[in-house]
Formats: sequence, C-alpha cells, structure tokens
Amino acid sequence: MKVCIIGCGAIGSLFAAHLGKLDDVEVWAYDPYQAHVDAINENGLRLTGETDLVSKINARSNAQDIPPCDFGIIAAKTLHTRSAMEAVAHIFKDGAVCSVQNGVGSEEIIAEYVPRVIQGTTFPAGHITGPGVCNHDTIGVTTIGPFAAKPASQEESDRLAQALTRSGMETTSLADPRGSMWTKVIFNCASNGVGSLTRLPHGIACDQVRSVMSAVAQEGIAVAEALGITLEKNPEDMIDYGREVAYRHKPSMLQDVEAQRPTEVDSLNGGLADIGDEIGIPCPLNRAIALMIKGIEHSWTL
Amino acid sequence: MKEIKRVCVVGAGAIGSLLVGHIGVLPGITMTVLTRRESHAKDLNEQGLKVSGKSNLHTNVIASTKPEDLGDVDLVILATKTTAVDASMQRLEGHFPNTTIMMIQNGLGCENVVRRYGSWPIIAGLTFMSGVRQSDVHVEYELDTPTWIGPWDKEAHSPGYSFIKQVEALINKSGLISKAYEDLRPVQWSKLIFNSAVNAIGAVTDLPHVPCFADTNELTDLGHLVKNMMAEGVAIAKAQGIELSSDPWEMNCKAVTQGGSHGGEEYAHITSMLNDVRHKSYTEVDWITGSIVRAALEVGVPAPYHETLYRLVKGVEKSWSQKQPADH
Repeated sequence: MKVCIIGCGAIGSLFAAHLGKLDDVEVWAYDPYQAHVDAINENGLRLTGETDLVSKINARSNAQDIPPCDFGIIAAKTLHTRSAMEAVAHIFKDGAVCSVQNGVGSEEIIAEYVPRVIQGTTFPAGHITGPGVCNHDTIGVTTIGPFAAKPASQEESDRLAQALTRSGMETTSLADPRGSMWTKVIFNCASNGVGSLTRLPHGIACDQVRSVMSAVAQEGIAVAEALGITLEKNPEDMIDYGREVAYRHKPSMLQDVEAQRPTEVDSLNGGLADIGDEIGIPCPLNRAIALMIKGIEHSWTL
Repeated sequence: MKEIKRVCVVGAGAIGSLLVGHIGVLPGITMTVLTRRESHAKDLNEQGLKVSGKSNLHTNVIASTKPEDLGDVDLVILATKTTAVDASMQRLEGHFPNTTIMMIQNGLGCENVVRRYGSWPIIAGLTFMSGVRQSDVHVEYELDTPTWIGPWDKEAHSPGYSFIKQVEALINKSGLISKAYEDLRPVQWSKLIFNSAVNAIGAVTDLPHVPCFADTNELTDLGHLVKNMMAEGVAIAKAQGIELSSDPWEMNCKAVTQGGSHGGEEYAHITSMLNDVRHKSYTEVDWITGSIVRAALEVGVPAPYHETLYRLVKGVEKSWSQKQPADH
C-alpha cells in the first residue's frame, strides 16, 4: 500500500511517522517547507512526547517527484486545501484521498481533484518543534468513512483505518462519518471562535463566556439536525469535558491569532454559517464571529 | 431660581479639566475641583489650570481631595470615567446637600449609581468634546464639539428644565458648546447604539473605526455585523418608546467616509474601548453595550448581538486580568 501525506505539519507528521513503521506501507509526504523535507529525508521523521520514534519516510517539496499512491491523507491547513490538491492530483488518478482537516468544506474541494474521497475527523494533537521533529502532544482517535458526494468504497475506508490502527493511530471506519465530523466542527466553532475573540484558553473561556459558547454550539446543532446528521456526542458535553482535560489549552485558531497567521475561520464559523444559509437555518452568531475574526486578520494589515 | 455661583468638578481628567478651565474663568463663578491625588490638588491650588489649543485660558481654582474643604456648591459636574463613578460617589456621600449633579459619562445608567449615594437632583448628559491632558495643570482643547444635557429620564421632574437651561447657558458662556434637550433620550440613544457596536466590535477585533465597518459588498464584510447589531439596538430603543434623532448606521457610514470631525486625514479613530483594551484597563462596556442588554431585558426584546458582544468584551478583559489573581 502506498500512502501520501499531503501537508506534513504536526497532524500530517503524526500520521506519516506512525504509518512509516509498517512494513507493508510505503509512505510519502508532500510539504512545501524545504528544511522540514530535507531533515526528514536525511534523518527520518522523529516524534517526541507521547510517542518516541524515528520513521524512515520519503518527503518531497515537489509533488511531481511522488509516484502514484493508493491513498492520500490531507492534513494541510484548510486555507491551502485547493493549492495542495492542485499540486498532488496526479498522484491519485486511481486513489482515494482522506481529509483529517478541521472544519467543513474540504471534502468538496478534494472531490474536484480525485476520483474517491474519504471524510475524516481526528483528535490527536502535536506541534512541530523543528525541521523533521514533531512533538505528539495528545493521543486521540480518528474516525473516517466514505464522503457521500464522491465516495471511496467502504472496503477502501476500512483498509485505511486498519492500517492506521495497526500503526498506533487508532482509527474507526464508519459508513457515515458525518456525525463525528460535525460534533468536532460544532465544538471547534465554540471553542476556537470564542477563544480567538476573547483570547482565552478553553477552560477559562468556559468559566467566563460559557453562554456564548453554548449559543454558538446550538446554532451548529440546529444545522446538523436539519441536515439529518446524528451527532456522535453532544458538543456541549465536549465543551465541558475539554474544560476538565485541557483547561489551559489555547485553541489552534487563538494560536493563529496570537501569531498573526491567517486562520481557518472560513472552514469553521464561516463555513458553518454558509451551510446554514444554504439550508435556511441562519447562524447569526457564527457569522458574527467569522466576520470579527476576519476583522482581526484585517487589523494586521493596518 | 437659584443662581449658579459655586461649581465643583469631580475628576480632572481631560474632559473635567476642559470644564474647569473654561467655566472657572467666568466672572462670579468660584471653581472647585475634587481630585483623587493630594499632589494633583496641591499643584492646582498653587498653579491654577491652563488651557491651550482651541482656547487659551488660565484659571485659579480651589482643589482638594476632601469635599468638606470645598464648601457648599450649586453644581457638581461628575467628569470621571464610568468605571470610577462608584468610587467618586462614595466620597461625595453626605456632602454638598444643596447641589445638583450633572453627568457626562459615556453610555447609560451611571445616574443609578449616583442615586444610591444621595438624593441630589440629577442632570443627564453626554459630551463629544475632546482634549489631551498634558499635565495635572495643563489641558489641550482638541475637538470643540458639543455637550448635550437634559433631564434624567427616570426622574424627568428633577431638577427642572429651567435649571438645566441655566447650566446650558453657563457652559456656552464659558466658550464651550452645550445644548439642552427636554428629552435627551433621542440623541443619547442614537449615540449609544452607534458607540455600542463600534466600540465593542473594535475592542474584540483590535480595529480602529476604519472603513470596513461600513463595508457590506461581500458576505464576509464586517459592515454586515455592524449593521445588524445597530438594527437590533434601534429595535430595542423603539420598544423603549424612544424615537432616535439620527440613524446610527448612517452615523457610522458618514464617520468612516467623511472622516468624522477629522476631515481630510485618513480616518481611523481609536475608540475609547479599544484604547482601554490596548492598555489592558477595564472598559466601559457595562455602561455602553451592557446598558442596551439591560434595556432589552426590561422590554423583553431579544438582543443576541449585544449580549454576545457584551460578553466577548468581558471575556477580553479576563484575558489579561485572569493572569493577575491578586487583583481581585
């Protein structure tokens, strides 16, 4: 089995390094960050923290140097989904690409470039500590399944999940992965959206502005309901659980805001509000949050 | 009717100093100042107060940190920030039994705080003028825009409109600009709704009042939120029976396209709330956006935008204050 990781940042590195341990899987990684690519090719991809391993994989900054693969796992930031897919489309002429990205809307873009798509949601976390090195911050499960509008086969989804689970990245393959994805999307809209505007870590935001987080989550729950999606968990419970286990955790979008990097808000609060508009379930607070995070991004240009 | 002879300005920041410096030079007026710091009172007593910029004045004053040193007065002008009203009133409690208190705080509702400390007649007010405090004894007069006063809507009979007209005349005679209204709420609420959206959104986004506040071409333009939030404020005002004097959305568009009062320059006004956030000091959101949330509750009108922005700004305040547990 040949697998290409598309976007070998923190999440991509966790998948790539784990899969690299398996004898029957050949792992490729596409990433534009040349120093990271060079370090991986010279010394292997190293994980620290929750996992301690060095994995030999093939990294390339030019996608033309990567052979055809059976599977892709795209872990690029959602801002880069289209440009990444443009670069790697030729690798998957007969392959299936699985998104483990945040938010909504990526699978639709991927479907424009490859024949079969797998929708995924992932919970592990990590951060790149230097070229070729990623710290595995938290262990978490991944849920995948055929993307209804342009599906991979269930067999393909199962096969990818089994390989990931064998490699140490626990993954479940479902016929309908939407419940899992939407649960995380709604959680993220509340935690990331409100955290980015108040600059509060998750747990402190829960203590200070829980009612706003709830109002934001409830809009998402109404949209999921109207779409006929059965949520895997109640996002409100996830918010509370997050307060217990990750009190001082700064949501990724808050980290982006603090570092003045473009955020994924178009795939989170903005994406949710767009879907709400399409199906006639308005999400005024998610829209408001999206506009204000765009406002923050605009403030960096003044 | 009582003639105004002795005036006390409480809080000599930029606005307070402008009032002291102008009204204090009027013949027949004794100007007193209640300060927070001893050194401020001492310097004012020794050097008087100088105004430069749009006016060129120097006035002698009687200043103290203790109200009992200032004698009886006919008019108190409370010129502190909203966040300092409570502390100032604690010091005024039991003093100046014959005075009327004039307010010029941002937003709405500081009158209620004053009333908790005494039964003085209250004049509601708001000011558009601005100045820069150069030192304890020197203020520069920047924007010669008006101060509007009128009866406090909760107690419109007190102190009586003729006295309010007398205060208006006093301020105008001093070289500052004032206008009295029999019903202040239409102008007060127009500015309140405008300020609530522009200040709160600015505080959260770190944006000065820039043209994107009026952009509505694209779905992702910030103007949509500003417009929706202002429309919510207008609906709450309407439910309160208040007819606005100006449309807040038009005020917003005009300010960012015509450059407000700074004609010519590129307009990017740093609102007071944004300034507070940037300096990590508590904002006036309780009296601005918060007062609209409370007014909405009174009349049972939903206010999701105001409630959300109110709580977000409170959250922003926590983002720095929670790191200093000793503060509370």
